[in-house]
Amino acid sequence: MSKFAKKKDGEVPAVSTASLPDIVFMLLFFFMTVTVMKDSSLKVENSLPSADQIKKLEKKDRVLTIYVGKPTPEYTKVFGTESKIQLNDKFADASDVGPYILMERAKKSEDLQNVLTTSLKVDKGANMGIISDIKQELRKVNALKVNYTTSSGDAFSNMQ
Amino acid sequence: MGRRAGAPEVNAGSMADIAFLLLIFFLVTTTIETDAGLDRMLPPIEPPDDEVVIKQKNIFQVSINKSNQLLADEELTDLKNLRAKAIAFLDNNGDNTCTYCKGAKDPESSDNPDKAIISLKNDRETKYSTYITVQNELVGAYNDLRNREALRLYKRTYVDLEAEYLNPETDADTKEGLKEKVLTIKKLYPQKLSEAETTSN
Repeated sequence: MSKFAKKKDGEVPAVSTASLPDIVFMLLFFFMTVTVMKDSSLKVENSLPSADQIKKLEKKDRVLTIYVGKPTPEYTKVFGTESKIQLNDKFADASDVGPYILMERAKKSEDLQNVLTTSLKVDKGANMGIISDIKQELRKVNALKVNYTTSSGDAFSNMQ
Repeated sequence: MGRRAGAPEVNAGSMADIAFLLLIFFLVTTTIETDAGLDRMLPPIEPPDDEVVIKQKNIFQVSINKSNQLLADEELTDLKNLRAKAIAFLDNNGDNTCTYCKGAKDPESSDNPDKAIISLKNDRETKYSTYITVQNELVGAYNDLRNREALRLYKRTYVDLEAEYLNPETDADTKEGLKEKVLTIKKLYPQKLSEAETTSN
């Protein structure tokens, strides 16, 4: 008899679940690798303007981030509706930017200290006054490389 | 054996291998989304020792006022025309020393791309989004000119060259070749964009 004629009678066998753990682990690993841990929760509104002449910020370990924007609704009572600076997970003044950069710079290994970029994640609605203050502070601590982080898209869409 | 035992169980031993194969596939192909933006260098806080005198015609003054209106070279300009104006200024070639420029050779405008400086000034009340759009257009003007020259010399755009040069996956040999090309193009149209301190009125 041919080999293929065996399954004439009997029920369909149960599907083996032995590999289920593997599949689960696979999913687990997958999500583990693609998830970026957020080290600070945003306390300010942060919808970035768009631009199309942008460069990618490679190497996350060389980037320091400063957030600027209006406080989110749960903080407006305490902090008002004017744009504020957020460093790590605290609200700060422009004068705190310098010490923050120096502190973060000291945490990095020595060979990275000179190649750090400051990424400014600023809300569309912010005014330039606060940005100028930050820029002035950054110049004082010699952190001259900045990146105005934007989303990619048509720059003229900012104007609406 | 055989007939009465029913269908044999499917061998699941290789399932783990398949799972790992998929896992490795996703590991390799997934790129974590990176931020992108406009790179800028701030001027150092100490003023340079020697005061350089720059001719007024070599400065392209762009000011944004508090109601987000744009003044380019003392003319009220629409944002959409800013890039074309900046290109015309950079590419002007007033003293006829720039062999690759295609500008109007207007003696009242910039001498050559090496001397041409764009100065950006903004008010404290200016909206950040307007500022970014203006920055984007000015960087775009430089990129347009650089692309033109890169296409002429190397048959590909500058943006493309630079992206490959900055890509960490590019191997060292190609990088060396690209570096030279990128620097050559950068030299043809050096990016001289100065940001004056903001005014408060």
